[in-house]
Amino acid sequence: MAEITKSQLSGLTEPIWRIRLRLLRRSFIENWRLFREYPIGMIGLGIIAVFGLMAVAHPILMEYVWEPRVYDPVIGYDISILAHPSQPSSTHILGTDPLGRDVLSQLLYGTRFGFSLGISAALVSVIVSTSIGALSAYYGGIVDVFFMRLADVVIMLPFIAILIVLSALIEFNGLSLALVYGILVGFGGQTIVIKSQALSIKVKPYIEAARAAGGSDGHIIFTHLIPNLMPLSFLYMMFTVTGAVFAEAALSFFGLLNIRMSWGIMINTAQAAGYLLAGPEYLHLMLPAGLAITMLCSSFYMVGRALDEVVNPRLRQR
Amino acid sequence: MGNYILRRLFQIILTLVIFQTLLFLILDAQPGDITLQYLTDPRVTPEIRDQMRIALGLNKPPIERYLQWLRNFTTGNLGISFSHYPRPVLDIILERAPRTIVLFLTSTLVSFFVGFVLGKQLAWRRGGSFEYSMTMVGVVLYTIFTPWFALILIYLLGLRLGWLPVGKFLDPILWRDAPVDANYVFARLGFTGFVLGVLVAFMWLSTAGLSPVRRRSLRIVGLLVIIGTPLGLWALSDVGYLAGDMLEHMILPVAVATLVSFAGTMLMMRNTMLETLREDFVMASRAKGLSEAEVRDKHAARNAFLPVFTNLIISIPFVLSGGIITETVFSWPGMGLTLLQAVQNEDIPLAMGAMTCVGVLALFAHLFADVTYAFLDPRIRYQ
Repeated sequence: MAEITKSQLSGLTEPIWRIRLRLLRRSFIENWRLFREYPIGMIGLGIIAVFGLMAVAHPILMEYVWEPRVYDPVIGYDISILAHPSQPSSTHILGTDPLGRDVLSQLLYGTRFGFSLGISAALVSVIVSTSIGALSAYYGGIVDVFFMRLADVVIMLPFIAILIVLSALIEFNGLSLALVYGILVGFGGQTIVIKSQALSIKVKPYIEAARAAGGSDGHIIFTHLIPNLMPLSFLYMMFTVTGAVFAEAALSFFGLLNIRMSWGIMINTAQAAGYLLAGPEYLHLMLPAGLAITMLCSSFYMVGRALDEVVNPRLRQR
Repeated sequence: MGNYILRRLFQIILTLVIFQTLLFLILDAQPGDITLQYLTDPRVTPEIRDQMRIALGLNKPPIERYLQWLRNFTTGNLGISFSHYPRPVLDIILERAPRTIVLFLTSTLVSFFVGFVLGKQLAWRRGGSFEYSMTMVGVVLYTIFTPWFALILIYLLGLRLGWLPVGKFLDPILWRDAPVDANYVFARLGFTGFVLGVLVAFMWLSTAGLSPVRRRSLRIVGLLVIIGTPLGLWALSDVGYLAGDMLEHMILPVAVATLVSFAGTMLMMRNTMLETLREDFVMASRAKGLSEAEVRDKHAARNAFLPVFTNLIISIPFVLSGGIITETVFSWPGMGLTLLQAVQNEDIPLAMGAMTCVGVLALFAHLFADVTYAFLDPRIRYQ
């Protein structure tokens, strides 16, 4: 007797991966069309693209255009200028900071940092919240009670204060901050949202069909439940990026982080040297960094809003 | 219902104990203690620091201190602050909390109201340029870097134009020969605000049944009387200028806290309103021949109000702690600043006390939100 392959069983003529790929492509095009209807999301994507270019530009500029001794974001110093901070000029487009470092170079370097911080925090939070949300919705009972009460506790914690306390315990660098922030968000409010979505998926007929066909718990969770949670998780990733970038900037602003350079540190440097409210001639010290934080946070939030229109069927116009 | 509330109360106690354990663990695990502040002071020798540690009970093992904290907490004793020694924690919280509550309750209510009205309009005019521009403005303000935004407003309005004071709670020069202290004036100000709110709400509701034409004029007269009387009384009293000084200091922080938070309610209201607009009863009320404004305000918005209202109730406890950034930038001596300083100085009793207050309030607000939900929406029943 010939061996029965999976594709013969289901009467398929092409390999399963190609069908999956085609379905994926089709749903992507469909969702992209929905996404484009909401201009806020496109504006957000545009801003993110600009920041992406900025992040890529920094290493290239450092390699080929800028002299590292002068333009390094952390240890650079321009000896040809007598007094720092200096006004924007042709050599320093956004001027120099009180320690004689180029502001534009810091801004571009900060973009890289902000991006990687936000995205890693979002990844951590999404992994935590999706797995816990799926597990507690699927199994219910004691698992559910435990994680939901834990979420209640985490929601009650004042975020900034807790991060400040933790900064005494952990030497925060970019990665550990992303990890801690992601875990706090992942165990907190995000789990509750994901879990309620998972509950509504759990009662769908195809889950029952999978169980009737002999699918194990693990199989159902990983191939049916979690993939259907992904759109919502992806949406919440956007909001986590916003939150993480904001939290980093706030902590840096209070001077509690041990990182080389970021937008928050730029504002903190200007504040520590007393140039924050000094006058319009020192505006280049705080305006670019603050604008950059705001724009990056807003752009991810806008994309999140537009994704909400796609993911949330109740909001669709049809 | 009674059974449900009892079960929830039991869960609240359990959650609270876990919350406090977690907090104590995190706070106590910080390296060093409060006596290290005096490390650079030559008058405070290591022996004296040891004495201080014994006096503050810091020489006992953590588990003993934790159990003592729990024991004291159940009797309503929050201990004595380390950094404000020998003031009791409860005394400090009772002094600072009203300042924060007045500041952030005002901004929460204003931003809730603004968000409700704007969100309603956004859903109603979906897809238009009004929606997109308003959402853009809302999102940018919602995600703006708050300290930076506050500093820019301080710079523009406080320093350049000189319209408003740049921070702090009051003007010390003005208060130097004031006949009363700040808490005296502030308590009365808060009370006035509370009475005002209640009276306005009462007036609004009692005139709701009248015909629109009479209602409008009555409401305007009522508002003028209700707001004018206390204003006149304050102006006539000999501490009126002091109250004015405090109010002047409140404008900027309230404005910042409102501007950065109204978009949350606005966007949420928009989403729930969009869901409601698809319901059949909206179409039915249109078919009945009601005007568009009536369909929007009386039929759609009231039904979309529920989740937004829950969100308001849940967010109110965080009024106590939520303003760490705003309070720090404006040097407003409220709970947020107190909490930040307590945490940075390792004043464990004060930090625990402040966070526990927020926690207790938050848990009860959750319960309250769930219970009011059952009253507001007859479809929801708890067993």
